[in-house]
Amino acid sequence: MRNKDISRRDIFKGAGALVVTFSLFGSVADALGQATAHIDPYGNSDYLDPTSLDSWLAIMQDGTVKVFTGKVDLGTGVETALAQIVADELDVPFRRVQMVMGDTAKTVDQGRTAGSATIERAGPQVRQAVAAGRLEMLKMAAARWQVPVDKLAVSDGVISVIGDPAKKVSYADLIGGQLFNVKITAKGTQGAMQVAPEVKPKGYQDYKVVGTPVPRVDLPPKLTGEFTYTADFRLPGMLHGRVVRPSTVISKPTSVDESSIAHIPGIVRVVQDGSFVGVVAQTEWAAVQGAAKLKVTWSTPASKMPANREEVAKYIMNTKSFTDNGPAPKGDVDAAFSNAARTFEATYHWPFQNHGMMGPSCAVADVRGDKVTIWTGAQGTFTTRDRVSDMLGVAKRNVDVIFVESSGCYGRLTTDDAAEDAVLMSRAVGKPVRVQWMRADEHVWEPKGPQQLMMVRAAIDDQGKITAWDFKGRTFPWTEAQGTPQLGERQIGQKNTAPYPGSPVGAGAVAQLYDILNQKVMASYVPWPQDDPTPLRTNPLRSPGEPAGWFASESFVDEIAAALGVDAFQFRVRQLTGNQRAAELLQSTVQQSGWKERPSPAPAAGQAKAAGRGVALIARGNTLVAAVAEVEVDRSTGNVAVKRITVGHDCGLIINPDGLKFQIEANAIQGVSRAVMEEVKFDETGVKSVDWRSYPVITFRNVPEVDIVLKNRPQNPSSGAGEPGIVPMFGAIGNAIFDAVGARLREGPFTPERVLSAMKASGGISRRA
Amino acid sequence: MARISLKVNNKTQVVDVDPSTPLLYVLRDNLELNGPRFGCGLAQCGACTVIMDGNAIRSCVTPVSAVQNHNLTTLEGLGSVAKPHALQAAFIEEQAAQCGFCMNGMIMNAKVLIDKNPSPTDDDIKRALDPILCRCGSHLRVIRAIQRAAKSMEV
Ligand code: FES
Ligand code: FES
Repeated sequence: MRNKDISRRDIFKGAGALVVTFSLFGSVADALGQATAHIDPYGNSDYLDPTSLDSWLAIMQDGTVKVFTGKVDLGTGVETALAQIVADELDVPFRRVQMVMGDTAKTVDQGRTAGSATIERAGPQVRQAVAAGRLEMLKMAAARWQVPVDKLAVSDGVISVIGDPAKKVSYADLIGGQLFNVKITAKGTQGAMQVAPEVKPKGYQDYKVVGTPVPRVDLPPKLTGEFTYTADFRLPGMLHGRVVRPSTVISKPTSVDESSIAHIPGIVRVVQDGSFVGVVAQTEWAAVQGAAKLKVTWSTPASKMPANREEVAKYIMNTKSFTDNGPAPKGDVDAAFSNAARTFEATYHWPFQNHGMMGPSCAVADVRGDKVTIWTGAQGTFTTRDRVSDMLGVAKRNVDVIFVESSGCYGRLTTDDAAEDAVLMSRAVGKPVRVQWMRADEHVWEPKGPQQLMMVRAAIDDQGKITAWDFKGRTFPWTEAQGTPQLGERQIGQKNTAPYPGSPVGAGAVAQLYDILNQKVMASYVPWPQDDPTPLRTNPLRSPGEPAGWFASESFVDEIAAALGVDAFQFRVRQLTGNQRAAELLQSTVQQSGWKERPSPAPAAGQAKAAGRGVALIARGNTLVAAVAEVEVDRSTGNVAVKRITVGHDCGLIINPDGLKFQIEANAIQGVSRAVMEEVKFDETGVKSVDWRSYPVITFRNVPEVDIVLKNRPQNPSSGAGEPGIVPMFGAIGNAIFDAVGARLREGPFTPERVLSAMKASGGISRRA
Repeated sequence: MARISLKVNNKTQVVDVDPSTPLLYVLRDNLELNGPRFGCGLAQCGACTVIMDGNAIRSCVTPVSAVQNHNLTTLEGLGSVAKPHALQAAFIEEQAAQCGFCMNGMIMNAKVLIDKNPSPTDDDIKRALDPILCRCGSHLRVIRAIQRAAKSMEV
């Protein structure tokens, strides 16, 4: 949160800070001195009523426009982008718009901030809600002057009568500081909610703020130390907590020796609850030392960690899936295979990877009897609320979860572990407790992006067209992100009874870009082998399942092109006759990259430092991304240097071109890191990737140049941009390595060892069919 | 516990803390300076960087007792939203942060670099900032922002 929204020092002067704190967040209820939270039209007092205009919009007396949204900004700039949408729709200056985000008591539940859906789904919801507000204000003005609404114009938040400019009134004078008390329509829930669909919003031709590179509102305070991140949130009398967890499957603590830390000044309490162990102290340093030095003996875990990734791969292959899903099959795959001129088959494999938030998990909780307040960077504040309500057995409406931004989390905070830890510790000591995980807690216990296997087969006719495509992805579901009991809860004995997510995505719903007449695409999910909390637990990692799923399918397309001796770009174009939009994007991307048409591998593939280029094309929802990677492979060490990435991106109407470019660039860089160096290491004794040395990520010297081609389609609705940019990276880089040295990598990440062994397996020579 | 006198951002303040406490916790919890951030506590990421006598140090592994009588500068000591330092202004101008969590490390290390080398090349910047981690992928904009700041500071 920006500190201009809150002045902590003022607030904390008085006693009863918590009560006062509520008013910091400036909801319309507070601002207007009336309660709009928990309006109860259907006997449901747990959610703010989406059919009340006041739940979405408040005009302040000074003309400030407050818009309330259940979505949050995870450091990607959606606060700014949503405010741009509001400014245009209401005809107010951008600076006058203030977004209030992610407070369960004060915002409508629009679903978790995940799946690149904020602009795509919440954007139209917010746009329609404020458009309804605008219409309401126009009606008031129309009644005042006895003119029809269409005789009114708005500029800078001032309504005037067209042709009679003396008649004018500002939004603030009309309704500033008052409730609308107006109903709007809202059907459905969360991301699928249709808000005021009967109100006609502006046409894209009339946008003035949307489509322009408005600077981010959160950046100045973030760059001067004036921003309040979760980790900076403090309450008077607040204590500090740290958790104690082994780096392997959690078992029972058979002894917890409190005397081992009795000498540390400031220790308040060792909290033990089931297998949950935490240390609460007066100062952070005491809590840190206490948690590090506390002698805990853990019983032998009931189940073991798998020995290595190969063992996990076998398990994934051989275990019966509990759910299989995919798009409806097309045509007759079997027949196409029997009529094929050539067939191909390959298996691909990607390991567990970390989100790796720069700031480890952190939350502040204040449990007072049956009232709970939590400040957290959760992606789903309502999920946190519901989990905590369940865990403590208190009513949902008694749990207020307030979003305070954390470091970028890329899906990690769909699972709000620190909030539960803070709740358990606050409940034990009866005071507000701030819990921050140490670096090893985060690396070991963050829910990970799961290991994946992909099996692909294709049939080709004698024209070099793909006639059949059979794709099978196998992986684990995200066990920790679907409202199932999470870490702290399970440690205190809550059983994981919730069914696994019914329709997870991401094992690789791919290749549907291409016009292949016969297709079977199936994603299968196998249950995790153990019930006890394991550090190999999983949740969505940026574009869940897709970077690896598309790595498989786009590598496979590349393998076929190479085997047929056809240029990789040309080969794709050949399969894209039915998808003009994708063909265009691919074309402009390869052009920008300076692509020279020729088959792979490159003719110079025998040199000591071998240069190569590779392309990949993906779709994620309605967003299309094409990428060209240029690499240099050191033949003697196997080291892959990614030199340049060119990305073409088409996500419909662009709200903020600069913010979008940055998202794309950031996705590319994170994608390179995950493609070439990231893998969670573990063995039977536990997770071995415990910090930034044992889980390295990309640093300045390895960051490639990034070149971006933006395709704006203002007539199309905006689709997601927070994740799609990462999806083609593994495939494009893998294909570039093949182009460079003629060795195909079907497993990632593309470490020097893996590249060397692939080169060895390929016989060190270029294979061209 | 011990009374320790700290000179931070040109202000001398006395804190009463366990002298083994890492400087980072004292700056954040006792002095409420949120610029320096906890990223790892292991000297691996740079999020906790502060400047001591003109050099970047990692406050997460520096005991507070070791910095008495030294001049400390935190991100807050460079500038504010109202009056940003040239580096902060350049980072804003280039929109060089995603979540911004790593930016304390970026800006403080850039400050030390520019003070010693007023017109760094891209490679100088990459070398100086290589030990500072950013998970969001803001690297390229950070380089641009530092170049912009260096130019704006040329006399
Ligand atoms: S927090 Fe000090 S280097 Fe990471
Ligand atoms: S901007 Fe998020 S870690 Fe660097």
